[in-house]
Amino acid sequence: MRRAGPNWLEMVGGAIALSLVVLALFAPQIAPHDPTQAVAQTFGDPGPPSLAFPCGTDQLGRDVLSRLIYGARVSLIVGLSAMAVAMTVGVAAGLCAGFFGGWTEMVLMRITDVMLTLPGLLLAMAFVAILRPSLLSILLVISLVSWTGVARVVRAETLSMASRDFVLAARALGASAGRLMIRHVMPNIAPTVIVMAALSTSGTLLLDAGLSFLGLGVPPPTPSWGRMVEESQIYFRTAPWLAFFPGLAILYAVLGFNLLGYGFLRRRHTR
Amino acid sequence: MLYYLIKRIAFGALVLLGASLITFCIAFVIPADPAVAIAGAKADPHTLATIRAQLGLDRPLYVQYVRYLGRALHGDLGRSYARRQSVSGLIVARFSATAVLAVCAMMLSLVLGTLGGLVAGAYRGRAPDNVLLTLSLTLVSIPVFWLGTMFLVGAAAYVRWLPLGGFDGARSLILPSFALALGSAGYYSRILQANLAEVVGQDYIRAARAKGLSPARVMLHHALANAILPLVTLAGLDFAGLLSGVVLTETVFNWPGLGRLAFEAVFNLDIPLIMGTVLFSSFLIVMANLVVDLLYAWLDPRTRLA
Repeated sequence: MRRAGPNWLEMVGGAIALSLVVLALFAPQIAPHDPTQAVAQTFGDPGPPSLAFPCGTDQLGRDVLSRLIYGARVSLIVGLSAMAVAMTVGVAAGLCAGFFGGWTEMVLMRITDVMLTLPGLLLAMAFVAILRPSLLSILLVISLVSWTGVARVVRAETLSMASRDFVLAARALGASAGRLMIRHVMPNIAPTVIVMAALSTSGTLLLDAGLSFLGLGVPPPTPSWGRMVEESQIYFRTAPWLAFFPGLAILYAVLGFNLLGYGFLRRRHTR
Repeated sequence: MLYYLIKRIAFGALVLLGASLITFCIAFVIPADPAVAIAGAKADPHTLATIRAQLGLDRPLYVQYVRYLGRALHGDLGRSYARRQSVSGLIVARFSATAVLAVCAMMLSLVLGTLGGLVAGAYRGRAPDNVLLTLSLTLVSIPVFWLGTMFLVGAAAYVRWLPLGGFDGARSLILPSFALALGSAGYYSRILQANLAEVVGQDYIRAARAKGLSPARVMLHHALANAILPLVTLAGLDFAGLLSGVVLTETVFNWPGLGRLAFEAVFNLDIPLIMGTVLFSSFLIVMANLVVDLLYAWLDPRTRLA
């Protein structure tokens, strides 16, 4: 059997994700200006896109393009680490629920049901406001509302694995529950976990953008895409580009991880 | 059927009980003292102690929770600190604006999603399918608040007759419902396309084709009828996501609904109002899921037997 190369979804998604990582890592080298300093002559008015400032300048005379490039940092840090936390918790909960069954499953899955009936953004807003917005609080709150979907899927996959012959054989040989889960079940649900990881990154990115649009993001002067859209609201008639470019950046990042996730998914189905 | 109904309602009630426990937690991770929030920072200790006793804050936590739950069951969600009005009154006053917006957006997204899914399903593997896949993934990835803002920009420049915010008649519904609906529409069309692909491979579709029915008739009467069922469940589950989108959309369009109320509550750290809006939203979600479960049982008799 020929091993299929990456499909176009994976390639485009992967390229987008890679470009974001490069932008975030090398922001100081790539960005043409300091994102927090005024670089254009301004009298309180945003400047339109020009050769010197391809995405225009904001009401404080800062270069929008440079702010966008630096904005990739916060988005990626929050998006990826919130995803990592949510995946860890979700996979652990799903594995335990699916593997042990009984009371463990009952309790874990009822918690998941409850979390899924609370509106994620609303809950996140409430907790971030109470804990005060900071990188850590935003990251934790986003993970708190994102792990449940993962737990459900992992539980279902674990259930179908736990009764397979190879798991039973390992159990008969006296393998411990931990060893069974990590060495035998985990590798077999890994493809699903990878799909979930890509798709939940787009989810955490959108949640982070939504929170910072509501003024509950990482506090200024750190540039963040969601807040840039929010700050540009009052200029939507006079300077529409101020809202246009940061939103496009969010779309670019979220779309990248969605493409990656669907690409992985398609690969599994065609196999 | 009755047994199924009772089981679903009991499950909904149980989930709501859990939700109330989580909302109750909100109040206790807060460092601020509610008594200070009511009486002001300069109040003397005696006044503060009286307020605490009045609110029952000097009692053990479980007593407070049971009292909170008992009142919530009677529709009393406490009084807003910032507005000094009853929380349930505020929620009721704002509910209709949100309900109109959410229902419009939901129907719009189901219609658009079905259309998109049908086209993608009919042209499976060919150019329109890939175009629609890209389009639906893009729609799913658009931040709703940005889409709304872009609609405002476009309407301000080109469509003079559309109102740019506020809730004032049917015309004011157009922009916010589209902003809210497009993301879900992309999602639904993906799911429908996948379901269609599965259904189309089955024997009864081949039989329908073999007896000489037109492809359109096979698609609409035979394949769609079965492929659309899971969409109903999905729309119910997606209701939670819709409510999250409502908060952002209402902020962009200055819509006088629950989302803006919740937003204001969060900004004033108005704890009873935060708890009230969160609890009420989960109540709406549980109700939506219940309606969907019943609808599903009615549409697909097999579930009733299970």
